[in-house]
Amino acid sequence: MIWNPSKECMSREQMRILQGKRLHKLVERVYHDTPFYRRKMQEMDVTPDDIRSVDDIVRLPFTTKQDLRDNYPYGLFASPMSQIVRLHASSGTTGSPTVVGYTRHDLAIWAEMTARCLSAFGTDRNDIFSVAYGYGLFTGGLGLHYGVEHLGATVIPMSSGNTAKQIKLLHDFGATAIACTPSYALYLAEAMAQTGIPRTEFRLKTGIFGAEPWTENMRREIEAKMGVDAYNIYGLSEVMGPGVSHECEYKDGSHIIEDHFLPEIISPDTLEPLPYGQQGELVFTTLTKEGMPLLRYRTKDLCSLTDEPCRCGRTNVRMSRIVGRSDDMLIIRGVNVFPSQIESVILEMEEFEPHYLLIVDRVQNLDSLEVRVEVRDGFYSDEISKMLALRQKLSARLQSVLGIKADIKLVEPYSIERSEGKAKRVIDKRILK
Amino acid sequence: MKIKQLSVFVENKTGRINEVAQILGRHGVNMTAFSLADSADFGILRMIVSDVKQAEQVLREAHFGVSVTEVVCLSCSNVPGSLSNILDCLAKEQVFIEYMYAFSEGETARVVIRPTDLDRCIDILSRCSCHLMSRNTLDQM
Ligand SMILES: [Zn+2]
Repeated sequence: MIWNPSKECMSREQMRILQGKRLHKLVERVYHDTPFYRRKMQEMDVTPDDIRSVDDIVRLPFTTKQDLRDNYPYGLFASPMSQIVRLHASSGTTGSPTVVGYTRHDLAIWAEMTARCLSAFGTDRNDIFSVAYGYGLFTGGLGLHYGVEHLGATVIPMSSGNTAKQIKLLHDFGATAIACTPSYALYLAEAMAQTGIPRTEFRLKTGIFGAEPWTENMRREIEAKMGVDAYNIYGLSEVMGPGVSHECEYKDGSHIIEDHFLPEIISPDTLEPLPYGQQGELVFTTLTKEGMPLLRYRTKDLCSLTDEPCRCGRTNVRMSRIVGRSDDMLIIRGVNVFPSQIESVILEMEEFEPHYLLIVDRVQNLDSLEVRVEVRDGFYSDEISKMLALRQKLSARLQSVLGIKADIKLVEPYSIERSEGKAKRVIDKRILK
Repeated sequence: MKIKQLSVFVENKTGRINEVAQILGRHGVNMTAFSLADSADFGILRMIVSDVKQAEQVLREAHFGVSVTEVVCLSCSNVPGSLSNILDCLAKEQVFIEYMYAFSEGETARVVIRPTDLDRCIDILSRCSCHLMSRNTLDQM
């Protein structure tokens, strides 16, 4: 069902007009209320009056994660703390964490847009959601939580971890939907199978997965193992949290909530905007946010956009799957390699488990890529030659996708760590040297 | 007379084979014969054991990659030339052997053979002068 047809099915021209008006108001606000943006705009010799339509966006400055860190904690807030009702923060693996502040109005918009997503996944007020994203500073848990309540459905604020309890409550409470990371979904599906409780005793039908990039093959894997209809939800805490874009029943790209977020694709090298259809870095401008509005925030996520009409009736722009992150990209022997490319090759081969570990190293000035995988039960052989043939098959497919040769190492079952959150799948030893 | 052989995938790490032996020992599974085939970074431990089903289950629970295949096991006298006679029979009939391993005790030698075509191999061997072993005769060893 389409939750908000007047916004989700607007004509492209009307949407452009709405976005243009909102962009102008946004620029006026940040120019007056955020010294950081005023300074940047003055440096570029741009005033709010120069920004009249969406086409003028190219005149505005970019914002990066580093800008958020440099202005830690509240430097980019455009509302006084008396108006801020909630803070979220992303983990800072390097340097300061990044902090996001929300006004009451921001939270209301967030809940409404998440309800749009959930409605697009075919869920409604009769559903019972287990929200297994982490609750707390991370936006995943609370973001989904208020979306489910806004939808009018029932929320189980499960949070992450404690898999045995997750399974018990999914079963006992008759949960019909689950929200978590796709890698945890795979882990959970295996754990559910190991309990021996028949699948028919669970009522789960919908899976809502996000917070890390995943592939079509991973979707098939999750749908087969968990027995749910799996949907992608996308978002990032700097911009809002989960719900910035979502799939519909056609699962052909994720619709961006465009009346609140203006998307662009740029070349990560030249920073020039790229046309629809071309792959590049996704950039968002938050059109209506009050607490911490951002101009042209560089997500580092690589994807493409399309404005072709979708069969579901929604008219807003769709983004492709994230093919990688511009900062996750590994450069191996001069070739750009994304872990997601390797993942999709492994996932489409039934001979291997969907868990893998990449080890990048430099031996005698030459980069090496080792891919560790587990052979799936049923594909082990008594013959060395058959095992070597399995390895060769994967090696050949990887080489055709990546353009470089990887060393495949077959490892014993369960020797690759299963993830309970975001999976650690790359070890780059070159960084340590 | 087909005999079930258990194969275990082991990474080339010290102590892995010992772990297999320990697990089987703890569960009272006896190894009648075994051989190890290895490549650069993994090996395959092939075993004839007293209880294949149980061995398979306990090793799988301990997160080993296992598979079960059928092989033929025969005994012949432990004198020069006896193995060659048997292999001649198979070669004449163009039966291809994937691998084999042998162990001997006193006057008898026993050979485990994994041919590509098991049924034909058994058929040929039963026509030449060697004794095919069954699960029962193996257990009495
Ligand atoms: Zn659609």
